[in-house]
Parts: sequence; C-alpha cells; structure tokens
Amino acid sequence: MNLYKYASPVTFYPLAGKLIPWFAALAVVFGLVGLYLGLIVAPEDAQQGQVYRIIFIHVPTAWVGMVVYLVMAAYGVAALTLKTRLSSMMMEALAPTGALFTALALLTGALWGKPTWGTYWIWDARMTSTLILLFLYIGYIALIHAIEDKKRADKAGALLVIVGSVNVPIIYFSVRWWNTLHQGASVSATGSKMATVMAQGMLIMALACWMYAIAVVLARVRAIILERQYQGANEILGFEIAGTEMTGTEMVGTK
Amino acid sequence: MNAPRSLSRLEFEPLPDSSSGMVELSRSPERGFFVAAARDIFLAFRSKGEVIQALVFFIVVVSLFPLAIGAETALLRRIAPGVVWVAALLSVLLTLPRLFASDHLDGTLEQMLLSPFPLTLIVAGKMAAHWLTTGLPLALMAPLLGLQFGLGGDELGVLVMSLLLGTPILSMLGAVGAALTLGVRGGSVLVALLILPLYIPVLIFGAGAVEAVATGIDYAANLSLLGAGLLFGALATPFAVAAAVKISLD
Repeated sequence: MNLYKYASPVTFYPLAGKLIPWFAALAVVFGLVGLYLGLIVAPEDAQQGQVYRIIFIHVPTAWVGMVVYLVMAAYGVAALTLKTRLSSMMMEALAPTGALFTALALLTGALWGKPTWGTYWIWDARMTSTLILLFLYIGYIALIHAIEDKKRADKAGALLVIVGSVNVPIIYFSVRWWNTLHQGASVSATGSKMATVMAQGMLIMALACWMYAIAVVLARVRAIILERQYQGANEILGFEIAGTEMTGTEMVGTK
Repeated sequence: MNAPRSLSRLEFEPLPDSSSGMVELSRSPERGFFVAAARDIFLAFRSKGEVIQALVFFIVVVSLFPLAIGAETALLRRIAPGVVWVAALLSVLLTLPRLFASDHLDGTLEQMLLSPFPLTLIVAGKMAAHWLTTGLPLALMAPLLGLQFGLGGDELGVLVMSLLLGTPILSMLGAVGAALTLGVRGGSVLVALLILPLYIPVLIFGAGAVEAVATGIDYAANLSLLGAGLLFGALATPFAVAAAVKISLD
C-alpha cells in the first residue's frame, strides 16, 4: 500500500471521514471502562481518600498535552522538509486539542492540589513547565492566525514549533533545577506503589483521551481542508459573488 | 550570478567588479558576517537614540521595583538578581523589531537574500551587532543598578558575567521571533508571546547564578549552563533565523 497517497488532502479527506466514527466509538468505550475502573472498582486511597480519583483524568490529559506538542514538531519537520501541505494542516488541527488538554491538566491539578496540598497552585517544576507548554501552544496559535498568507503561516508555525520543541527539554530541566534550588522537593505525589487496578484504570483513560483527541483532530483537519480548498478555488476563479462560489464539499467530493 | 555591488545604500568598499567579487567570496564567505555586523553597528550609532532608549528603559524598569515593593535593603538584595534579569529580558524584547523591520521595509533584506554571501552568516552578523548595541550596554550598566539594590562585590561580578553570557542568547532567540513576525500586524506583542517562554531557561540560570553567590552556593554550574546555551545557540540559531527570513520573504 502506498502510504504517500494519503499525504494529499484530497485523498486524506475521505479516509479521515471513515476513521472518525471508529476513533469516536473507541473513545466512548475506553472512557466508560476507564471511568468504571477508576470510580467504582478502584479502592479508596489510604492517604488521600476519594480525592485521588481525579488522577484518572489528570494524568491522561497531561500525557496527551505533552505528546501532542511533540507530534506537532514531527509534522513540522515533515512540513518543512517534505513540503507536504497536509502536515501543516495537521499541525493547525492538533494545536487547539493540545492546548485544551494542557489547560485541563493544569485545572485538574489545581483542583486536586487544593484538598491535598491546601493550595490551588504551587510553583512546582511539573506545574510550571506545563504552564509554559500552554504558553507555547498559545504562541503557535497566535502566530498562524496573525499571518494572513496561509503558506507563510504554515511554514512559520512549523519553524516555531521545531525551535520550541528543542527548547522543551531545556525548559523542563531548568525549571526542575530552579525548583529544587528554591524550595526543595517538599511536595510530590505519594510515591507508593500504585494498585494494579488504579494503573489499569489510568491507562485505559489515557487510551480514551487519545482516541478522543484523534477523532477531534481528524474532524478539525477535514474542516481545514475544506476551508482551504474553498478559499483557494475562489481565489483562482476570481469571483466571490454570493451564491455562485463552489462549496468545499463539491470540490473534494462528498464521502 | 549577478552580485549586488554592496549590501545596502551605505557603501562599504564596494566589490571592484562582479567576477573578482566572486573570487573574493569563494576565499572569504565570512566577510558577509563582518559587513552585515559593521553596517548594523554603524546604523545604530547613526541613530544613537534607539540604543540609549533601551538602556534608559532598563534603568527605569529596575527603578520601579523599590517604589512598588518598598525600600528595605534586605528585601531589595534578595530580589535584585531577578529584577535586573527580567528588566534585561524586557528591554532586549523591545529592541527586537530593529533587527529586521527597517531592512524589510526598504527592501535591504531582499538584497541580502540575493547577495552571494550566505544568508546564515549575514543574519549571524546582524545578531552579533544587535547584541553589541543592546545586551552589552545592559551588562555594563547592570553593576550600577546592582549597587542601588545593595549587592556586594562578588554578586555584582557574577551578575555582569551572567548577563554577558546570557544576553547574546536573548538576541539569538529573539532574532528567530523577529524574523518570523516580519510585517505581521501586531508584531511586537506577538514576538513577546512567542519568545518570552523560550527565554525562561536563560532567566533561570542567569538570575540563579547571582542568587547562588548571594546564598553561598557554587555559581559555576549556572554560568557553565549559560555558556553551553550560548555555544549551542550560536551554532543553531543562525540557520533557524535564515530559514525564518526566507519564509517571511517568500
């Protein structure tokens, strides 16, 4: 099978359409199983009581938030070296999901911190670097929306994310080191061995988050493909009289 | 290939003719670095205002902190490294548009792109000139501000060293942001949004070095990390900036 075939937006569009229901269904199934394991089967934590159960959503969102940035960087490399238009569209589609999951990780972390540590926010290394990651996402989104020429926006965004991803480990270690200098490792999640059922619940919830993220990103990239085809075609045809433009679906061909 | 006779309207001993110019180029492509650096420094000294404005901004921002927080000596000594470093970060940020914007407007940047010299070396020259006209003056001014905050001799020395090692990195990373946002509306706020998160490690290690001296910990590690960042940046960022300039002029 020639995988490069699907590097073209026109062939990828129907493929994505076929995949979305599967990923969405898997997200629901994994989500239900994960929540069942996490909220009903898993026992109460000896030290933290019921509060700890937020980790079933907190840890998976943090994972997805971090990994999405690396996926974007990989697409960025592809966009600049292979010059595939779809790579840039995928980056654009991934960014809001990455930002959302990062924000959710911060929010759930804060909600967990209040009853456990007695404060919503501490300048813990992980929380601080997650916050910086959120800034990086926002920077990318702001950049590609500020540049009007789409081609230039794509390339500029790809370069920014690549430069950012080189920086991510440096930021992480600098923040961790700064943190130990300032306050010592006074607070950390209880390092005790996690019960198997908790680990399983977390893993399945992570799968649910991934499936959801993939489904949403595919749906978003389909919208981006349509938007760009529509703009591109109208630029070429040179008319924008209401009612006479072609709609995006006509050009791509409905699924 | 048609070599432009010089990099801009400002004449810097123009190449005698294009054929011998190419010979000279094959012998010394690094001349692109020096010509670009010399030109930017020359321009900066022609309009001294901009260089001095950034320096004055730096001093004013640092002076605001005692007014906002209170003039207790112990407190000021404690926050001095962070305050000076944050102010340095902000004043470098303010000067970033100067790097490419005016050259972009009058078309000089396109001529640089067309010139036979490698764009990587030309932008490296511009980055070096930017540091010499912003970072270096800030580093030299810093001891005076440190004195106002009650820092001692050792701390002042490390503060200057950390700024000397760290501010070139600010110019390098900033150049990436400045090149990416060329001609974009709301560019200056956008640059801040893109670049400030990337500045965080420099801020941590720079302010951390001074704080380490103040608390009697070994500060060498911080300075070494800044030095490592400087070398890595010098190696990698000219390529990123050249790529960004090409993207923006496409």
